[in-house]
Amino acid sequence: MKITRKEFLRLTGLSLLAGGAMQVVRAIGQGGTAARAAASQPVRLGMVIDLSKCREKDGCNECIHACNTTHNIPQIANRAHEVKWIWTEPFGTVFPSAQTGYAEQSYTKVQVPLMCNHCAEPPCTRVCPTRATWKRDDGIVMMDWHRCIGCRYCIAACPYGSRSFNWQDPRPAIASINPDFPTRTKGIVEKCNFCEERLARGMKPACVEACPQGVFTFGNLADPESEPRDLLRSRFALQREPELGTGPSVYYLM
Amino acid sequence: MFMMEKALKGSRRYWIWLSCVTCFIAVGLCFYLRQLDQGLGITGLSRDVSWGLYIAQFTFFVGVAASAVMLVLPYYLHDDMHFARITILGEFLAIAAVVMCILFIFVDLGQPARVLNIIRYPSPRSLMFWDMISLGGYLLLNVIIAFATLRAEREETRPPQWMKALALISIPWAISIHTVTAFLYSGLAGRSFWLTAILAPRFLASAFSSGPALLILLCLALRRLARYDAGEEAIRKLAVIMTYAMAINVFFVLVEVFTVFYAAIPEHAVHFEYLYLLGGAHTLAPWMWISALCAIAALAILLTPAWRSRWLPLGCVLVFGSLWLEKGLGLIVGGFEPSPLGEVTPYVPTLPEWSIVAGIWAVGVFLITMFFKITVSVRKEAEG
Repeated sequence: MKITRKEFLRLTGLSLLAGGAMQVVRAIGQGGTAARAAASQPVRLGMVIDLSKCREKDGCNECIHACNTTHNIPQIANRAHEVKWIWTEPFGTVFPSAQTGYAEQSYTKVQVPLMCNHCAEPPCTRVCPTRATWKRDDGIVMMDWHRCIGCRYCIAACPYGSRSFNWQDPRPAIASINPDFPTRTKGIVEKCNFCEERLARGMKPACVEACPQGVFTFGNLADPESEPRDLLRSRFALQREPELGTGPSVYYLM
Repeated sequence: MFMMEKALKGSRRYWIWLSCVTCFIAVGLCFYLRQLDQGLGITGLSRDVSWGLYIAQFTFFVGVAASAVMLVLPYYLHDDMHFARITILGEFLAIAAVVMCILFIFVDLGQPARVLNIIRYPSPRSLMFWDMISLGGYLLLNVIIAFATLRAEREETRPPQWMKALALISIPWAISIHTVTAFLYSGLAGRSFWLTAILAPRFLASAFSSGPALLILLCLALRRLARYDAGEEAIRKLAVIMTYAMAINVFFVLVEVFTVFYAAIPEHAVHFEYLYLLGGAHTLAPWMWISALCAIAALAILLTPAWRSRWLPLGCVLVFGSLWLEKGLGLIVGGFEPSPLGEVTPYVPTLPEWSIVAGIWAVGVFLITMFFKITVSVRKEAEG
C-alpha cells in the first residue's frame, strides 16, 4: 500500500487529535470523581491548643521532644540556622494585639506552642514557583522535599515564621536517626506536616500523643461532631493573625 | 551574528583589564563552590533574615536593566536622533544587568541543580514564574535588538523593519519586568514593610535614576578611554531624566514615611525604625543614613544650574551609591527585620557572600566591556 504525503499528514493529524481527546476525556472523568469524593465528606484537619492546661505544667517540653525525635529534626546550636517544627514563644509575642498592657506578668509570659497553621488559604503554597508545597484535600499543607529548589519565597510569604530552611547539612546534627522518617538535605525548606505519616497509619500526631496534660486536640474541623469543634463551640479561642485572611487551622483556647 | 571577532582584538590595556575582571570572577566562583559544598549557612543569612544581599542586588539590577527604556522610548517612539549613538549602549547595559539578575537568583538557591523545576512544574500563581518569563523575554528582546542594530550598521544598511516593532514591544516590557519584581514583594500579606502599592512606582523611579546614572558614567569612561562620544546632548538629556526620576523616588519614599508614621501602626513603623534608628542590633542604620545623605547631596548638585553640568559625574556617583544602598541592601533586609515574631537577628553579609556578589559584578563588567568594545569597533569602522 502506498501512502501519499497528503494522506500521511491527514492520518498523523487525526491520530494526534484522537490521542489528545482521550487525554481530555480521562482528565474530565478523574476530576469528576475526585470532586464527588470531596463533596461527600469534607475534611479540614485542625488542632485546638488549650493554653490553660499547658500553663499548669510550666517548662514542659514533651511535645517538642516527641516531634524532634519522630521527624529527625536537627538540633543546631547556632540560633540563626535552627530548624523548628514545633516550638514555644511567650504569649505577648505570639498575640501582640491581644494585649491590654495591664494583665499579670505571669499571664503574658505563658509559653505558647507554635507550629505550622495549615492555613485554609496558605500564602506559602501560592508563591511556590515549583508547586513543591501545596494544600491537600484534607487541609494539610505539604512539602515535597525532592522538588523544593530552596528559593525561600515560601519563608518570605509565611506570616507566622513557621518554615525553616536547612542552612547546612542537617544529618550530623541529629542525635539519633528515626529510620521510619526521612532525613533532609541542605538547601531545602521544611515545616510541620501535622504528622501526615502517622495519620496514614491511623495514629495521632506525635505532639498530641506525647502531651501529659492533654493540651492538644486534633481532628476534623469540617465535622460538627468532632472533638475540636466541640471545644470551639463553647470556649473563646484565638487564631494567629486571622485578619490576614489565611484561615489558620490551629486554634488557641484561653 | 554576535561579531565576537571584534571583542578578540584589542590593546594591551584592554587585555589587562579583562584579566583583572576575570580574576574577580574566579574568586567569586571559588567561594560559590564552597557555598555549594557547605550550604547557604556560609552567608550571613538566617532563619529570620532568609533573603539578603543576593536578592537585594537582584532587585537593584532589574532596575538597571529596565532603565534602558529611558533611551529606547525617546529614540524609537519620539525619533529623537540625539539618542542615536547612546541607545545601543543602554540596551547592552540591560543585557549585562539581566544576566547578573539571573546569576543573583541562581546563587541564592539552596538546590541550584533543581532550578529547571521552575519550568517542569510551571506555577502561574507564583510571581516568580512571571518574573522568569518577563526577565527571559526582556533579555531575548534586547539581544535581538542590539545585535541586529549593530549588524545593520556594519553592513551599512538600514535596520530591518521588524526591529522597530520589537523595540516598541520592549518599552512596556521593560516597565513590566520591574513591576513584576515589585509584586514579588508587595503581594505578601505578612510583610508589612513591602505591603504598599507605592512599591512598584518607587521601584520604577529608582530604576530610572540608578540606571541612567550608571550609563552616564560608562559613557564618560568610553569618551576618555576609547574616544567614543555617545553625544553631549544625549548625556545632558539623560541627566535630566535621572535627576527627576531621583526627585520622584525621594518623594515616593517620603510619602511612604508619612503614611507609616502618621498612621503609626506599630507593625508598619517597626521596619522603618529598624532601618533608621541608630544603635543596638540595627547594623544597617548607618548605611541607610549614608544613603539618605547621598540622595540629598545628589539632588542639590543635579538641580543647581551652576553645578549640574560641572559636577555631573559626582552627581551620578551619589545617585548610584544612594540607591545601591537603599535598594540593593536595605529594601530587602528591612522587610525581614524585625521578624513576624518581633525578633531582630543582625544580618551582616559574610566574606564569601561579598566575594560571590563581586564575582557576579565582574561578570557584568566583563560583558559590558566586550559589548562596548564590539559597538565602538563597528561604529569606528563604519565612520572611518
